[in-house]
Amino acid sequence: MSAAAHGRSAMEPAGIARALDTLGAWVLAILWFLPLIYAVWTAFHPTEYSARFDLAAPLTLKNFADAWSAAPFARYFLNTVLLVTMILAVQLVLVTLAAYAFARFEFFGREVLFALVLVQLMVMPDVLIVENYQTLRRLGLIDTLLGIGLPYMASAFGIFLLRQTFKSIPRELDEAARVEGCGFLKMLWLVYVPLARPVYIAYGLVSISYHWNNFLWPLIVTNSVTTRPLTVGLSIFAAVDQGIDWAIICAATLMTSGPLLIAFLLFQRQFVQSFIRAGIR
Amino acid sequence: MNQRLSANIHGWLLLLPAAALLALFTHYPTAATVWQSFRSTPKGSRPSVFIGLDNYATMLDDPIFWKSVVNNLIYAAGTIPTSIALALLMAVWVNQNLAGRGFLRMAYFTPTMLPMIAVANIWLFFYTPDYGLIDQVLKLFGRGGYNWLGTKDTALWCIIVMTVWKEAGFFMIFYLAALQQIPPSLAEAASLEGASRWYFFRRVVFPLLMPTTLFVLINAVINSFRLVDHVLAITRGGPDNATSLLLFYLWETAFKFWDTGYGAALTVVLLVLLGAFALGQYFYFDRRVHYR
Repeated sequence: MSAAAHGRSAMEPAGIARALDTLGAWVLAILWFLPLIYAVWTAFHPTEYSARFDLAAPLTLKNFADAWSAAPFARYFLNTVLLVTMILAVQLVLVTLAAYAFARFEFFGREVLFALVLVQLMVMPDVLIVENYQTLRRLGLIDTLLGIGLPYMASAFGIFLLRQTFKSIPRELDEAARVEGCGFLKMLWLVYVPLARPVYIAYGLVSISYHWNNFLWPLIVTNSVTTRPLTVGLSIFAAVDQGIDWAIICAATLMTSGPLLIAFLLFQRQFVQSFIRAGIR
Repeated sequence: MNQRLSANIHGWLLLLPAAALLALFTHYPTAATVWQSFRSTPKGSRPSVFIGLDNYATMLDDPIFWKSVVNNLIYAAGTIPTSIALALLMAVWVNQNLAGRGFLRMAYFTPTMLPMIAVANIWLFFYTPDYGLIDQVLKLFGRGGYNWLGTKDTALWCIIVMTVWKEAGFFMIFYLAALQQIPPSLAEAASLEGASRWYFFRRVVFPLLMPTTLFVLINAVINSFRLVDHVLAITRGGPDNATSLLLFYLWETAFKFWDTGYGAALTVVLLVLLGAFALGQYFYFDRRVHYR
């Protein structure tokens, strides 16, 4: 997204058409924002005001405190942070090495192997739940954070993205580094990785938001408090205790999405750019 | 050391860790799924045996399977065109210099950042009979008391609306990026020629956005088969399987009824669907879309 606010271009409407556009855009935006505003309203007011909109309603943080003490959210937070960090760390290493191999080494079977890697773009771990569960069982990794992360660690998407970037780096840099006596790993670290930094950031943000929000697979793999990530914890919290009221559920919902949401609002431009960069293939 | 040999060794060593994990969690399970789909589910002391196409025969006679297929098609038809059209509209609006452009963009995009589970929790409250927001509004008009999620005719549509709300903003950013790539000289030329805004959009902008539309379409289709978090959280496939999507049914079969043989057969169906779509995209769309 270009930072410079561009002037009005030739085909942009003026007068009434423009006013109608503005009106339409705002109506849709308010409609789109309403569910969130509503969740915020409910979470910060006493239960009696859940469906009653009174500007004089007292603000409260009690719902958050209640939610926090009603379920082990602290542990869920820790699990999610550990999970997301572990997945991203391993992904970055594996993806970098593989992309480097594909981009710069002429080895036997390279094209076939690359095609085999791309298979994962279509056959995603999200669908292979039955067999992957059996594999984890055999490895004794059911109900572990490692088990949740393992199927996602070798990411075809990341390999593809980074290979494109590495390929666009001029080979003259290689030559120069080689003359300086750089080994190929040192070259990767000193030349390729720094030059691909924006792609790493893009990939990292996409990976973090994907795994922070991932639900089905962690739900299948985990069955205890010590491994459940936030999404699974939240769903259990909202579903099991029918007695819990809406205000508390809304508070829990906002709390669990909070860090990612706040990070997004603070670094909106980076997030959006990352998604675009990661999307255009 | 010989140059070529060293390139081979280095290439393979660099690739090894990723390749091993991919083989273990993508290629092996794909093959194993196909194999298991021809075998029975082990029960107690009875081990799994080869049963040929029995699982598939069961599937053909399984009304819930067909219900899930139809639901999934309705779900795809309900979510994909709507979210793409809305995404395009949002992008066109946000690309102009309208008042409050920053807010507009944020409002459209923020739902994307929420986990599906959170979205489900929020929307669940809208749909709740009597107490929920939609019914509260309807009551003003003397209506209401309607159980949106508990009625077969409306439950799937509730899920569809939620999904569109969450997805449209995500697709918007790709359209926005593409719109900003279109050279302003085209608009200038069109305006000199006296083209109407709609004509310009239809004949110039929209064709130029084709690669983006294709990209968004692929993602939307894949998502419609891949994401069932909201079904799990809100309706659990009910009422009477009215919201059961294929992946949800697969989860229910394999992890609620622990029928892994049949689950494998269902996985194969999903894989074939995704594969067919990928091939279709490769052979059909690639020719229809001109890339710049």
